Amino acid sequence: MLKLIARRLAVLPLVLLAVATVTFALTEISPFDPVEAYVGAESNVSTERKAEIARAWGFDQPLHERFGRWIGNIARGDMGHSIVAGGQPVGPEIVSRASASIALIGGALLLVLVGGLVFGVLAAAFRGTVFDWLVRTSCYFNTAAPSFWVGLLALYVFSIELGWLPAGFTSDPRSVQSASIDFDHLILPMVVLALTGYAWFTLYVRNTLLEVLREDHVQFARAQGIGEVAVLLRYALPNALIPFVTLTGTHLAELVGGAVLIESIFGWPGLGQLALQAALSEDIPMILGITLCASVFVVLGNLLADVLYRVMDPRVREAAA
Amino acid sequence: MSAAGAALRLRGGLTQRLVETARRWPTYMRVAAGVLALLVVAGLLANVVAPLDDTAVDLDHVLEGPTAAHPMGTDEVGRDLLTRVLHGVRISLVIAVLASLAAVAVGALVGVLAGTLGGRADAVLMRMTDVFASQNHFLFGVLLLVLFRPVLGGTGAIMLAIGFTHWPSLARIVRGELLSVRERPFVLAAIGGGASRHRLARRHYLPHLLPAVGLAFVLTVPHAVFHESAYSFLGLGLEPHQASLGNILADGQRSLLAGGWWIALFPGLALLAIAMTIGTIAEYWREHLHPRWRSELEL
Repeated sequence: MLKLIARRLAVLPLVLLAVATVTFALTEISPFDPVEAYVGAESNVSTERKAEIARAWGFDQPLHERFGRWIGNIARGDMGHSIVAGGQPVGPEIVSRASASIALIGGALLLVLVGGLVFGVLAAAFRGTVFDWLVRTSCYFNTAAPSFWVGLLALYVFSIELGWLPAGFTSDPRSVQSASIDFDHLILPMVVLALTGYAWFTLYVRNTLLEVLREDHVQFARAQGIGEVAVLLRYALPNALIPFVTLTGTHLAELVGGAVLIESIFGWPGLGQLALQAALSEDIPMILGITLCASVFVVLGNLLADVLYRVMDPRVREAAA
Repeated sequence: MSAAGAALRLRGGLTQRLVETARRWPTYMRVAAGVLALLVVAGLLANVVAPLDDTAVDLDHVLEGPTAAHPMGTDEVGRDLLTRVLHGVRISLVIAVLASLAAVAVGALVGVLAGTLGGRADAVLMRMTDVFASQNHFLFGVLLLVLFRPVLGGTGAIMLAIGFTHWPSLARIVRGELLSVRERPFVLAAIGGGASRHRLARRHYLPHLLPAVGLAFVLTVPHAVFHESAYSFLGLGLEPHQASLGNILADGQRSLLAGGWWIALFPGLALLAIAMTIGTIAEYWREHLHPRWRSELEL
């Protein structure tokens, strides 16, 4: 187990190197000029001054030297300076925004897992009934409905019309501790972010359970006179759970992307909103920084899923041992 | 199939074959195909069907709810929402289809290269595919949009952002299918019979790969529609005055506080209809074509 974790952690720098290389190549191919973005389109900065800025940033040096220095800086945790953060370094700004995003994504992931399991099992248990039909229909709706559209509708209904929940920010901006995260501010963005994943997971659990329920060992358990609830939970569910864990790892990447949209709708001051601000003001260092951080996050999430997978599946555990 | 059916098949053109196929569809498929056809026709004929100018500003009728004159209401500068949504369906569908074609082209190219070159090139290409697949494609698309929107414009940059991020699953399938078909007895027989590489590719590999590529294309379209509208919604895609569904939803977000729920509701319903109908058709096709592809093609 430790060997697996060590091996996977050793891959992490390689993945980051690959991502950094691809993004560096893209910024090179692109005609995007960081100096122009820095001075702004309408400024009357002279050509000599622009050349001076370019020299100060090292743009006059050959490609391989710039690439090497950039990789070296990233390895030391220096991802450059950000425009949206007012010229401050990218790293600390990302760290200061991370907690809001982690709360949002973590909460949504929890909802996806719990909701998917509970409703998937219930739909399988009551297969063919009105309840099953309702769950499936709501899932098909949520897999097809764009999350930001659902977010807008939820915002209108629950915040504007009914006034049950606050419309944005992590807490009341008028309160003293406006940096803290209040639960009633978290509910709407968290639920909306979770809906797409919830739909996939519920359908997945339901369909896998129905497949497992047809297998011989389940028939045998039934023949022994074991109750249907116990058959479902003790004999069928564990088999359906194993791929569920791997799915969780891959779903983490989806949640990170969904957070960009949801945070912008609900004014949630996390990394997604920061990424959008950076994109709108063409702040390349910040976008690159967030992309790299998201990669680390997703790789670590997949590693966690792999470890859990081994803990849960005796076959894999013994094959590895 | 009966002799008459076979004769019909031989004689019939594309339309006739389509009708033949549609006869075997279950009801939900006919509904999905009907709604999709309606959307496509309405979008293509947006200029004819919707008589009003989609950019015509009418400041006497600002933010009006649905009425007989404006079935979907008007937006914050008095433009007819129905007209804009119809134009939006056209713009979004055209961009999504082109972007999906780009994604499928990249995926097929990488898959064919990996499958035919083999060895180290294959390993490098597939590791690259793994890295791409494990990235968050939405965030990566945002980076591509920022870098390439100044040269390619909103439409071109969106196609690039979608085409460059939605290919890994198809690349894996094409490579896998290519590797497996090469070991099949009929291909080995053809090789033994002295078939040229050209003939092998044209007669055996291509017919085997085309259904997978076609299906991947159809499955990518709803994703592309979502990404286009999401990028435009965030202000990273098309110009704000263009009637893309995402742009109209961004108008809707601004009008929510003024109570203009219809501007947020209707374009989203159009997106939902597109995603559900294409998704249903693709799913039906996949199940009949190749049940095993379920997990692999979920992009």
